[in-house]
Amino acid sequence: MGRILNSIHRFFSEMSRSSSPNEDYINKLFLWFLLLSAIIMIIVIVAVLIGAIHYRSKRYQGEPKQITGIKWLEITWTIIPFLILVIFFYFTVRFMKDIDQPVVKDQQADIIITARQWWWEMQYSNYNITTANELHIPVHQKLLIRVESGDVIHDWWVPELGRKIDAIPGTSNYSWLEASDTGEYKGACSEYCGTQHAGMRILVISETKNEFDRWVQEQQKVPSPPVDSVGQRGMRLFSERTCAGCHFISGTVAVSHIGPDLTHLASRKTLISGVLTNTPKNLYLWLQNPQKLKEGSHMPNFILSNNELEALLKYLEDLK
Amino acid sequence: MKLNIHIPEPTKPIPDIRTGEGLLQWLSTVDHKLIGIMYLCTALLFFVLGFGEALMMRIQLMRPLNNFLSPEAYNQLFTTHGTNMIFLVLTPMLLGFATYSLPLMIGANEMAFPRLNAFSYWIFLLGGLILYASFFAGGMPNVGWFSYAPLSERFFSSTKGVDYWVISLLLMGIGSVGAALNFVVTTLTMRTKGILMNQLPLFVWMVFVNSFLILAAFPVLNAALFMILIDRQFDAHFFVSATGGSPVMWQHLFWGFGHPEVYILALPAFGMVSEVIPVFSRKPIFGYEFIAASSVAIMLLSFGVWAHHMFAVGLGTTFNAFFAASSMLIAVPTGIKIFNWIATMWGGSVQLKTAMLFALALVVNFTIGGLSGVGFSLVPVDWRLTDTYFVVAHIHYVLIGGSLTGGFAAAYYWFPKITGRMLSEKIGKWHFWLYFIGFNCTFFVFHFLGLLGMPRRVYTYPNLPYLGTLNLFSTISACVFGISFILFFWNIFYSLRHGKIPGNNPWNAWTLEWLTSSPPQQKNFEKVPLVRSRRPLWDMLHPENPDWKRENKSKIKT
Repeated sequence: MGRILNSIHRFFSEMSRSSSPNEDYINKLFLWFLLLSAIIMIIVIVAVLIGAIHYRSKRYQGEPKQITGIKWLEITWTIIPFLILVIFFYFTVRFMKDIDQPVVKDQQADIIITARQWWWEMQYSNYNITTANELHIPVHQKLLIRVESGDVIHDWWVPELGRKIDAIPGTSNYSWLEASDTGEYKGACSEYCGTQHAGMRILVISETKNEFDRWVQEQQKVPSPPVDSVGQRGMRLFSERTCAGCHFISGTVAVSHIGPDLTHLASRKTLISGVLTNTPKNLYLWLQNPQKLKEGSHMPNFILSNNELEALLKYLEDLK
Repeated sequence: MKLNIHIPEPTKPIPDIRTGEGLLQWLSTVDHKLIGIMYLCTALLFFVLGFGEALMMRIQLMRPLNNFLSPEAYNQLFTTHGTNMIFLVLTPMLLGFATYSLPLMIGANEMAFPRLNAFSYWIFLLGGLILYASFFAGGMPNVGWFSYAPLSERFFSSTKGVDYWVISLLLMGIGSVGAALNFVVTTLTMRTKGILMNQLPLFVWMVFVNSFLILAAFPVLNAALFMILIDRQFDAHFFVSATGGSPVMWQHLFWGFGHPEVYILALPAFGMVSEVIPVFSRKPIFGYEFIAASSVAIMLLSFGVWAHHMFAVGLGTTFNAFFAASSMLIAVPTGIKIFNWIATMWGGSVQLKTAMLFALALVVNFTIGGLSGVGFSLVPVDWRLTDTYFVVAHIHYVLIGGSLTGGFAAAYYWFPKITGRMLSEKIGKWHFWLYFIGFNCTFFVFHFLGLLGMPRRVYTYPNLPYLGTLNLFSTISACVFGISFILFFWNIFYSLRHGKIPGNNPWNAWTLEWLTSSPPQQKNFEKVPLVRSRRPLWDMLHPENPDWKRENKSKIKT
């Protein structure tokens, strides 16, 4: 019995995970709403059951009394729901304002998140860093994020870290992001955006201030060019086989921003927007045929030979 | 060539489709009863397609990272499934019952515009066929049933699917507007002697109110559809932000139609239940005036709530607060209906026939759908729930738990009138229980999936805690749900041959359609007695205690 209760508890706490003040507001309001719904549901089900069981015709004994309505009853069940909703409206507006606090005029966003089919680009305006699909944030710091889109409408959503916010082409949306614990938080694009909508996941890593600063320093470094012959060949291939046509790697001829920035690819935990863990084998398979791992992705299959794959892999794996 | 083929007037109420003459009579008919039956059969046909699409999606989702469908195929399936179920199943089902029953219930022999009636049906069917023709033209639409711009622009969706989708919806929209116009004029002008507007059966009243919703909402959709079509075909930029258009405007226009549409699908079902529950409780409907007035309130309010679909767009606190208030407000008249249906049962003599069971299932399941709907009006909660599986749960509780369940109540209730045979109660009970259990098990877990963080419209999902288990459970339940529909089809098939033959009025009901024969002759009524109350057949059967005496007494009092 205890085990069952325990697993039920685990299940429900999994559904109300929160690691931010904003999500706490949402959870609180949702809990009240759930309580109200449960009460109403019980009333309705019991009332229907009484109607169906207690008032069931046992035998046909003429027609029952023909009542057409009771006015005070009607007024009661109009007024009471109305009053309950007024209370909920009050808290809706209050919490909405708490979560969406106004942005001070001319305030710069800490992080600019640009959603694209089907990956995320993150720019840290204060540190001059660009990265992709993996957001590092310092814990307990309230950050202003600006969410934009490079193509169609997407939606930024990390359940534990608060509200959803749409990424709309031609518009900048602002939202606050704050994590109250260190750890990894998984999210996903939550507005349908085309073939690989499902393959557009988010990873947010909340770290202590020290860890975060170290990460920033690492990211700001320009990677040194490869010294071994295989790596050098890979670097050459990267520009020859048109990888550089879409990608950016700091300190090289690859300066395009159509695809994700690969400057520190090897330091990331996942590949292709959270679809796979970042291991050499997965990266190899991805380079071999992107369409097999993420059908519909905008990266074409370059039909690389095994030798070329090895060289590119060596080069990319050194981009720490 | 002779263009004018003489088709003899049908002598049988339902012409035999197997003879050439019978087929011609069906194709050329302007009789509201035959057109109603055609709507209903079309709805059943498209339902089979839509359910097949749903089952394929459920198979793909039954375990994480499944490879049963490609992402492209999955995206086409969920788009077609949504469009199909809303426009090709629920709409014709409700229009079908209304076309069939509305003239009968007001003692009329025909709709006001019989040819327009036939036109509405055929153009609707054409629209439906065009949607599926896209399959042969390079792929079905793949941008979701609300086709958000700019994803639906040619740059991002270059196949022809979206164009077919647009044209299909345009045609069906025109058909719906025609039908609505017909219902309004019929109700206003064709009532038999004595029926006042406040004595209409509630089903007629709700179809009447609903028709105004259709008349105001569908033109908004059609305007938006023309705009996206011009964008796609002639390179305009209504919804392209780079050249000055606004993608958010599409959302305003679409939901300006889309939210009233939800009530367009719900109100007639409310009307059906408001007929079924009193008859099987042997009592008049509780609070007729309140149910009637709350329908008008829903109709008016439904035009002011559309932006609760857009709380994540970032439109600002004031804007969100307005739509939160209006969306909460619309819950009040809906609640009034639920309470009145329950109060109708209380103190009655309840007969749990299959039709009544479905009506009660609507009361329960629609309450769940309505309550989760209130959740979306709480803006911060919406920021968590919107675009997740919680929405998928909500829409299915409203559209299946509400509209489709109401449709089944109506089907069991009116089948004897339409066909002259009773549906089997025994198969019906099995159908009901499998339907009720299958439906709730399939869709209730969607609430949990949404809370666990599963976005809607994903062709697959990572192996996170509980997602696999809940999805598998839902897929298995969907099969149970599917079996219930097989039973329903079997029930129709069986009962058309072996069903009991009802009299004119098998349920002892009180509205005028039960006065005439089952099925009615081509001319519905030879003579309708003067109607003096909301329940003319009650007055006839109980001359000692007629309604009109009571209704008049209360009138004198107030």
